[in-house]
Amino acid sequence: MDLDPIILSRIQFAFVVSFHAIFPVFTIGLASYIAVLEGLAFKTKNPVWEKLSGFWTKVFAVVFGMGVVSGIVMSFQFGTNWSNFSQATANFLGPVLSYEVITAFFLEAAFLGVLLFGRNKVPPGVHLFAAIMVATGTFISSFWILAANSWMQTPAGIELRDGVFHVVSWSQALFNPSFSYRFLHMALASFLTGGFVVAGVSAWYLLRGREVEANRKALSMCLWLLLFIAPAQLVVGDFHGLNTLEHQPMKVAAMEGNWETSRNVPLLLFAIPDQANQTNHFEIGIPSLASLILTHDWDGEVPGLNEVSAEEQPPVAIVFWSFRVMVGLGMLMIVFALAGLLLRAKGRYYQSSWFLQGLRFMSIAPFIAVLAGWFVTEVGRSPWLVYGMMSHAEAVTPSLTGGMALFTLIGYVVVYSLVFSAGVYYLMRVLYVGLEDNDEENEDDRPARPLSAAHVPFEIEPGKGSVSHAKPVNQGGH
Amino acid sequence: MELFDLSLIWAFIIGFGIIMYVLMDGFDLGVGILFPFAPSEQDRDTMMNTVAPVWDGNETWLVLGGAGLLAAFPMVYSIILPALYIGVFLLLAGLIFRGVAFEFRFKARSSRYLWNWSFAGGSTVAAFAQGAVVGAYIQGFETANGVYVGGALDWLTPFTVLTGLGMLAGYALLGSTWLIMKTEGRLQNWAYQVTTPLLTAVLVIFAIISVWTPFVDDMVRERWFSHITVIWILPALTLLCAFQIWRSVRNRFEGMPFVATMGLFVTTYLGLIVSRWPYVVPPEYTLWDASSAYESQLFLLLGLLFVIPIVLAYTAWTYWVFRGKVRAGEGYH
Ligand code: HDD
Ligand code: HEM
Ligand code: HEM
Repeated sequence: MDLDPIILSRIQFAFVVSFHAIFPVFTIGLASYIAVLEGLAFKTKNPVWEKLSGFWTKVFAVVFGMGVVSGIVMSFQFGTNWSNFSQATANFLGPVLSYEVITAFFLEAAFLGVLLFGRNKVPPGVHLFAAIMVATGTFISSFWILAANSWMQTPAGIELRDGVFHVVSWSQALFNPSFSYRFLHMALASFLTGGFVVAGVSAWYLLRGREVEANRKALSMCLWLLLFIAPAQLVVGDFHGLNTLEHQPMKVAAMEGNWETSRNVPLLLFAIPDQANQTNHFEIGIPSLASLILTHDWDGEVPGLNEVSAEEQPPVAIVFWSFRVMVGLGMLMIVFALAGLLLRAKGRYYQSSWFLQGLRFMSIAPFIAVLAGWFVTEVGRSPWLVYGMMSHAEAVTPSLTGGMALFTLIGYVVVYSLVFSAGVYYLMRVLYVGLEDNDEENEDDRPARPLSAAHVPFEIEPGKGSVSHAKPVNQGGH
Repeated sequence: MELFDLSLIWAFIIGFGIIMYVLMDGFDLGVGILFPFAPSEQDRDTMMNTVAPVWDGNETWLVLGGAGLLAAFPMVYSIILPALYIGVFLLLAGLIFRGVAFEFRFKARSSRYLWNWSFAGGSTVAAFAQGAVVGAYIQGFETANGVYVGGALDWLTPFTVLTGLGMLAGYALLGSTWLIMKTEGRLQNWAYQVTTPLLTAVLVIFAIISVWTPFVDDMVRERWFSHITVIWILPALTLLCAFQIWRSVRNRFEGMPFVATMGLFVTTYLGLIVSRWPYVVPPEYTLWDASSAYESQLFLLLGLLFVIPIVLAYTAWTYWVFRGKVRAGEGYH
């Protein structure tokens, strides 16, 4: 079998970008949370806030580090594997990505140094300012990169001359038709991620009765936040879908598993799409509901996949199921947010162990939902790279052979697996040691008290995993 | 309509970005290269502390180099990256391993040696790959109709291996002189000791490269030997910088060795630029061939002129926050 550089490059791109994506969604949410905690610490001088902020900064440092290194890979992927695409879209994507670097990445990097290492080198106000700048940087970054991505979904403000895109209107190109929906949806997704992770970890500490005061505060804050943003995500997602229906109808047809343009289309809860025979098996659906959601009319007409030839359809099953995973998890998030409110009304959200256990497991839900969402968006765009204008086959690097692409694909999988397992392992370590560690640090009166992820030993010792060995073994060196 | 030659302005900006990257990430990569040879584990802690707060910002200049090339000279981006496909992968893998080592190493106990290797190995591979890129650039690329048509390993030749080694030695020199400036006591003594041999290695490798280069490419040969008066100032300045390093190490100056090493890099870099100017994808394409659209260059330039001074200001501020000597036992979280 010949190795196909296109397929391999797609797999590679999907792999490296998915790997990268799980870090930003978390760091964006967490950066804002840390900025809020720093602000509360600064204003109230209550040591609980500083303790929480110190702890979450440790977590942040690790996640951010992995986000940075995987992001650097991303900025070269366009050139190595999709050089024709780079050449054709450079007039727009080049300035956009460069603006991201100069307005966001430098800001994040510079102030991250101060946030992590500068607590004793700058006044508290400046430290707070650094936290705010890091959080701002993450948002500026998502502005530019989502403008770039949305433009590929719904190109606007450009003209294609001799195979190269030329920008005729920067405002139309940046604020293209799907940008605002995608930006809002992604911002909410980031807050949901930050919120559910912090809630899950706090719940776990509460179950173990550790640092109860601080963790109750953290959990309560998160539940208030989630109560508003989980339902908001549903609303924004709905508008996002309507916008997609207008600009990328075949993507919506794939999301709904709708093969034929028709009225009274049911909302499918379950089905096994069969692309070869252009039909579904084992459909279970709610009659006419898809028509209602998409057209706000019980018997509105919904476009079907039969409007284009089979080669121009996206892979339906992936889109169909990813969409259900995302929406399903979104619903579950709403359920948890409402349950939190009910339990709060009874004054016992921090006692109900099923609720806390559930939150613990929900902390991975946003990551899955985010990846599923991106799979809907990106796979649903096939066979186009720039929707309606440039296909995968036109975009790939001409000199790329299957062997080269396979080599780097395997390389990235190996490198990322090593780094990822070490990272997760270490994060677990930080979580096991928990907030208590900070107390010891604070009592430490060395002139330059180490700030965050200090001295947390890397190896989890089986059977222990709590405060007992939080005390550094080898303190001499640093 | 086109009032200014924006491509020219952009060539200067990208040139500036590249040398910023080389100088700034150079010293922290250099610290990584020297890492295994440090006198003790405690000194390794200190070495890492000297660069931990700033390495991320330093590496961002590389990202700017990539994105800036895409914006201003897309043809460079879309020819050189495919041409160096495997080399770029090695570079990125190196940067990944050394980048995560910062976070993981201090938390490790029995596995700490792994992160030492990850940091040192990653830095070494990345430095070598960058040197090989320079060599490949001097060699030129095989293109047709604006796309790369050569093979996967064309870039790897004896010449590029040598430039890779040259970069390795050069970065190590930047690293050792940085350590002279940022540390004291035993570690500083050690840094003084390794600087002179490193300087010798750099000079020897640079000398071989200089003799070799004219044979690698006709255009370079012609340029060097027809404009003798102008161009030969640069090697003279390089030698002057080298002498200055040697002298200031002998006199135990603390800041001067680092400054003079930066000077050495800048003059060598200028030498490289004048040898190839105005070709950005040698031997075929000049910077004007490789340019993006005028509107795109202008759109980015306007923002850049406004934002880069701010970036430089707060970057300088962070260096100022972390100024002074790094002592054992302080610094990294
Ligand atoms: C919505 C958010 C988002 C998305 C979709 C992406 N990124 Fe990202 N990226 C960030 C949000 C972010 C961030 C929050 O700004 C990061 C994450 C962790 C970090 O250090 O900054 C980051 C880091 C980061 C870095 C390292 C920055 C540094 O040196 O400090 C680069 C080069 C990229 N990204 C490039 C990309 C590219 C080329 C992407 C598209 C394929 C991409 N990112 C998708
Ligand atoms: C960060 C979250 C993202 C995720 C999880 C993601 C996921 C994916 C996936 C799964 C594919 C493969 C689709 C297919 O081949 O059928 C893909 C393709 C692609 N995406 Fe994204 N994407 C993300 C963001 C972006 C952004 C921000 C951009 C551009 C600025 C982008 C540009 C591309 C390109 C150029 C491809 C084509 C290569 C390919 O098909 O594999 N992506 N992405
Ligand atoms: C609750 C109901 C939800 C609805 C109705 C919904 C709707 C949608 C739609 C229609 C798209 C595809 C847009 C396009 O490609 O044009 C999408 C994408 C996406 N969704 Fe959701 N979503 C929901 C929940 C969530 C949740 C809970 C998360 C994560 C926490 C999430 C994260 C994403 C992401 C990351 C994308 C890809 C980026 C984008 O296109 O915005 N969604 N969503």
